[in-house]
Amino acid sequence: MSSRTFASLVFTLGLGLILASVMQGLPLGGAPMQVGQAIVAQAPEAVGTANIVTSVVLAYRGLDTLGELTILFAAATAGGLVLSGRRPSHATQSQAGFILRTGAGLLFPFLLALGAYIILHGHLTPGGGFQGGAIIAAAFFVPLLSRPESPFNEAVASVIEGAAGAMFIVIGLLSLTNGGSFLEPLLGTGELGELFSAGSLPLLYVAVGLKVGAELAGLLVHLGGLGEAG
Amino acid sequence: MQALATDLELLQTVLYSGAFGLVLLGLYAMASHRHLVRILLGLTLLEGGANLFLVAVGFRADAVAPIVTPGAQALPMVDPVPQALILTAIVIGVGVLALGLALTVRVFEVHGTLDVRALAQRLTQAGEATPEEPSPAPPVSVTRDAS
Repeated sequence: MSSRTFASLVFTLGLGLILASVMQGLPLGGAPMQVGQAIVAQAPEAVGTANIVTSVVLAYRGLDTLGELTILFAAATAGGLVLSGRRPSHATQSQAGFILRTGAGLLFPFLLALGAYIILHGHLTPGGGFQGGAIIAAAFFVPLLSRPESPFNEAVASVIEGAAGAMFIVIGLLSLTNGGSFLEPLLGTGELGELFSAGSLPLLYVAVGLKVGAELAGLLVHLGGLGEAG
Repeated sequence: MQALATDLELLQTVLYSGAFGLVLLGLYAMASHRHLVRILLGLTLLEGGANLFLVAVGFRADAVAPIVTPGAQALPMVDPVPQALILTAIVIGVGVLALGLALTVRVFEVHGTLDVRALAQRLTQAGEATPEEPSPAPPVSVTRDAS
C-alpha cells in the first residue's frame, strides 16, 4: 500500500466519521418542510403550473436559474476555447457500420420531437427545458457519432444559444416594465393543466431548452473533435 | 403506524448512508488516484452523492410527486425545492464534467500523459530548465532568442 493510498484512506475514514456524526443529528421520519409546504399550497393558484417543481425553478427561483444558465454558458464557452484550433479528427475516425448509421438517422426526428415535447410540457409533466434540451443535444450528437464527417453548423448553434439567452433576459426585463420584479411571471396564469397556461413560464422554458440544447451539442461536438472545429 | 415510522426511519437511514457513501467514495477516488480521468470520475460520484442527499432530504412518507392533477383530491406532496435545485445542478454537473474532460484532452495533447505525478515532474522541470516545448505545441519565439 503506497503512502498516498494510506493517506487517502485515513482522510476518507476521518471524513466518514464526521459525516456519521452529522447523520446522527439529521431529523429522521420526515424533515421539516416549511418553504416547500408554503409553495405546494400556493403555487397552483399563484403561478398556475401543474408541475410545482417548474414554478420553483422559473418563478420562485428564476434569478437563480438565470445564474445557472450563466454557469453553463461559461463552461461551454471555456470548453470551446480550450478545444478550439484543433484539427477536426474525422479524417482518422472511421465511419460506423450500416446499422448504426441508419439507426442514428432514424432516431434523429424522434429524439427531436421527444425533446420538444418535454420542453413544451415542462409546466405540466415531469421534465422541462433542462431535460428536453439535453435530449435535443443528443438528437444532434448521435448522427455525428455515427458519421463523423457530417456537418454540424456551429455558427447556427451559437446564434441559437445567444438568442435563447437573450430571450430569457428580455422576458425578465418585460416584467420590470409592468411594475413587477425581474422575471416575475407575466400573462396571467391561465387554466391549470392546459398546455397554454402558466403565463410566460413555458416561454422561459423554451428559451432554457434551446440554450441548453445548443450548448451541450456544441460542447459534445468540441469534445469529440467532430464537425468543423475552430 | 409505529411500524410505518420505523420503516421510514430505516429507509431514510439507508438513503442518507448511501448518499454519504457516494460522497466518501468520490473523495477517496479523487485523493488516491493519479489518473486525471479517474479524478474526474471521482468528482462525478461526489456530485451524485450530494444530489442524492438533497433529494432524500425532501422525501416524505406516503407523499406523491409535486405535480397537481386537476380534479383529483389533494394528496401530500414531497418537497419541491430540493428537486428544483437538483434539476439544474445535474445539468451544471454535465457542463462542468465536459469542461474538465476538455481540459484533460488538451493536457494529453500537450504533455502526452494523464498521470498527475508525471505531469508535476514535467511542469517543474520545464520551470527550472530551459523552456523545452513539447512537440505538438506551437513554436515559441522566445526559446530561439535564448539560444
